[in-house]
Amino acid sequence: MTAPSLLVEDVAFAYPDGHQALFGVDLRLERGERVALLGPNGAGKTTLVLHLNGILRAGRGRVSVAGLPVGKPTLREIRRRVGVVFQDPDDQLFMPTVAEDVAFGPRNLGLPEPEVAARVAAALDRVGMAEFADRPPHHLSFGQRRRVAVATVLSMDPEILVLDEPSSNLDPAGRRELAEVLQALPVTLLMVTHDLPYALQLCPRSVVLDGGAVVADGPTRDLLADADLLAAHRLELPYGFDPANVPSS
Amino acid sequence: MGAGHGGALTARYVGGTTRVHRLEPHVKLVAVLAFALVVVATPVHAAWAPAAYAGYLVVVLAVAAVARVRPGRLARGLVVELPFVAFALLLPFVTAGPRVEVLGLAVSRSGLETGGGLLAKATLSVLAATVLAVTTEPRALLRGLQRLRLPAVLVQILMFMIRYADVVTGELQRMRVARESRGFRARGAAGLRVLGATAGSLFVRSYERGERVHLAMLSRGYDGHLRTGPAAAVRPRAWATALTLPVAAAAVLTAGFVLG
Repeated sequence: MTAPSLLVEDVAFAYPDGHQALFGVDLRLERGERVALLGPNGAGKTTLVLHLNGILRAGRGRVSVAGLPVGKPTLREIRRRVGVVFQDPDDQLFMPTVAEDVAFGPRNLGLPEPEVAARVAAALDRVGMAEFADRPPHHLSFGQRRRVAVATVLSMDPEILVLDEPSSNLDPAGRRELAEVLQALPVTLLMVTHDLPYALQLCPRSVVLDGGAVVADGPTRDLLADADLLAAHRLELPYGFDPANVPSS
Repeated sequence: MGAGHGGALTARYVGGTTRVHRLEPHVKLVAVLAFALVVVATPVHAAWAPAAYAGYLVVVLAVAAVARVRPGRLARGLVVELPFVAFALLLPFVTAGPRVEVLGLAVSRSGLETGGGLLAKATLSVLAATVLAVTTEPRALLRGLQRLRLPAVLVQILMFMIRYADVVTGELQRMRVARESRGFRARGAAGLRVLGATAGSLFVRSYERGERVHLAMLSRGYDGHLRTGPAAAVRPRAWATALTLPVAAAAVLTAGFVLG
């Protein structure tokens, strides 16, 4: 059996100021799975995400990516395997042009230049932004920048893509375009979101994190149909939205 | 978003395909720097100095003409020079030494020469720099600086400045709109206090953004070195073309020394 894409075992973490954010989180994602990570603000979602690529180091427990444990000696390879797309694309896109930004990761991996160019072209093509390669990021719409942000980690050929609030600030068309891009990607996906319909659309499985622990893990459709569970963890469906009426994709 | 489409810092650049536009950025940087050095090397108290300034002016205007830089653009480029102008205008009045009459005012001859020289040299250098800025994209300039081995940290700071100038300007703009939407008008000490608070919160926001950008960089394997693509080879002709500017200026200077 192959190792799971992501294995989080009993991870606990407290910030230096003493605030305990995670109390023993367990999470397992098989290769190719698409999973939504749900939970109210302050549940520890972002803290957990920063453990996945070793920005934060667990006080207790272990994280491994495709069998490789996260730790100081493996950091470089871990950051290649885990592609984190942050919420604000202006934080993610810091290079002068789209192409240079998408090339940033592969160049840090020390890939030869022809390989870098091929990866940049392929990643931009994946997100439908190939024709914008030479543009400065601030000339793009918000939705386009979000898609380029996805390309910046795709170019590193990640094992798992981690998206922090991918649908925030997108207009409905941008939201749909991003969904189409994400659905077509052949990678394991972990999506942190408050956007429950988006979770239902993209992720067959959801995990609810609250108070620094996993409180529910199951098919997204079942979780969203559980009104008591949602109410207990400050999760709310948009007005008039009934998950039972959404056709399965 | 908030800022204009071209962005605050790219506003100066005007695209084109002239010979000056096509030159490699680092070649242009060297040419402009060398030109400025020649201009600065002109002795201000020499009798032929005004003639030399006129010669340099012809040279730099010729380059501007080849690059098709409109006179209006050149004039706007000179705005950065204003603080120097104020200083130069002051010199004839504050410098000691023999006096001469100008428009009925007794001013120092030495101060007049020094002030005039300062003004002429600054203007000529700014003109050359303006031609550079109008014909070179900011990011190309960065590549040029990198190629000239400017310390990597400085290049990165400049790069982030160019990238985030619009983002920060946008934030400032939104804060202003939010202030004014609630009836704020900058008046008196109370107004200053509000503006101070705005500056403070802009600083905190930018600092936090810096931290988030750094996090995003680390997440993609950043290790302190910013790797860029391969640099194109420079045609020897490019150097010859670009160095025409400082060489012509040097010829003017030499003529001054020899003939003057």
